[in-house]
Amino acid sequence: MTHSAPSATALYDIPGPATRKRHLAYGVASTAVILALIAWLLYLLFDTGQFTAQKWNPFTYKGIQELLLRGLGNTLKAFAYAAVLSLALGAVLAVGRLSVHRPVRWVSTLLVEFFRAMPVLVMIFFIFVALKVQPLPALVAGLTLYNGSVLAEVFRTGINSVERGQREAAYALGMRKTQVTTHVLAPQAVRAMLPTIISQLVVALKDTSLGYLITYEEFLHAGKLIASNLDYDLPFIPVVMVISPIYIGMCMLLSWFATWMARRQRRNPKAEAAAVTAAGPGTLMPGGPR
Amino acid sequence: MDVLTDNFSLYGKGFLGTLELTVYASVLALLLGFVMASFRVAPVGALRVIGTVWVTVLRNTPLTLLFFAVLLGLPRFGLVLPFQLFAVIALGCYTSAFICEALRAGINTVPTGQGEAARSLGMTFGQTLGNVVLPQAFRSVIPPVGSTLIALAKNSAIAGAFSVTELLGTYKTLNELGYSIIWSFIWIAVGYLIITLAISALFTFMEKRWGVAR
Repeated sequence: MTHSAPSATALYDIPGPATRKRHLAYGVASTAVILALIAWLLYLLFDTGQFTAQKWNPFTYKGIQELLLRGLGNTLKAFAYAAVLSLALGAVLAVGRLSVHRPVRWVSTLLVEFFRAMPVLVMIFFIFVALKVQPLPALVAGLTLYNGSVLAEVFRTGINSVERGQREAAYALGMRKTQVTTHVLAPQAVRAMLPTIISQLVVALKDTSLGYLITYEEFLHAGKLIASNLDYDLPFIPVVMVISPIYIGMCMLLSWFATWMARRQRRNPKAEAAAVTAAGPGTLMPGGPR
Repeated sequence: MDVLTDNFSLYGKGFLGTLELTVYASVLALLLGFVMASFRVAPVGALRVIGTVWVTVLRNTPLTLLFFAVLLGLPRFGLVLPFQLFAVIALGCYTSAFICEALRAGINTVPTGQGEAARSLGMTFGQTLGNVVLPQAFRSVIPPVGSTLIALAKNSAIAGAFSVTELLGTYKTLNELGYSIIWSFIWIAVGYLIITLAISALFTFMEKRWGVAR
């Protein structure tokens, strides 16, 4: 457990033999506590009859499996739309924020800051309830507005982080601003931004589950339908145990892809010039810390 | 405008609900986040594994699913608590994963030499941590923790959809009373803006006061 020396940290020295033995004891103790917690949880599950055949049988029915698969398909559909549209909106807003025309810059800044400051769910509800849009377009529109504005900031910092000499050299060759951006800056920026973009797509994927709240028939909605069925003795916990690993697994795969990408980038000397920090889950107001 | 003045108490209740939820969940998230961050930088391997699993799982869980599991699932388990408490647990645990990552990154920004210097002066582990490492880490984590807490305030809207009293939930009642939906939403949006801007201002102030110039 403690054999591999942890990487250098300001907190403690690399442990010696006596300390290692002490750490091993701590490790065993904490593992025992965790195992006890898990055992207690399992006992509770058995005690409340969560493993009875009646509660798990439904998952063997073809209809139920199809219902779940359809839900999963709808989740992925919403994610695909939202991902493509937010990338497009992000690009447009980033160009707007980098524009030389002051009004264009102001309008895009205002849009970006507003949509980042609003809870996604409020936007989705507004589009769904007040504008009376169908669930899927309402969900996609809400996700696009939010993630698009976050991505706009990522794109902007990415473009700005490309070394100044690149831009100067391109202008010196007589390129126009559009050419400089599309031919010189953007290709280099994308390299550095890719991990951050993928992490933002994980946020979009997670947020597709908000569709459940506006009756969009996605994965969680399918789970709810099964869970609230009296014929199957309300298999609530089994449903959670089936759908959570799938949800978490999907998001983890995408997260790992982002991490893998980032690690590959770090080894790539070409991308060294521009490192784009993650766009946090929240928003930073104008004048706020950057 | 009528929507706000006619239903000021309703909006007030929702606003306070959101505020309460945000404050309680923030406290829980900061506490849990601190515990998990210390697990993740601990010299004991088992603790590091616990911290990593906690963060990885929660960061990749859709918050709606977490609310679904906690608010609707736990009662079937025989655990019955008020809905607001459930919402605080769900929001706090979810956000703690992000707080943990921010704190851990902050601790890692403190150069190794600082700790070595402290130890060579004969400081104990507690002194090294409390007097040398944490004060420096604290200064560099102000902005990320701030944006995480803003995200928490925004995420609390989901609790409203699970019938916890909070700001977004007010639209339902107003809708039934026949008020203009667009205006009710505009005032809800203003309410959220007030909360997120206030957190942002607080953290900008803290950043100016204690932040590190880099």
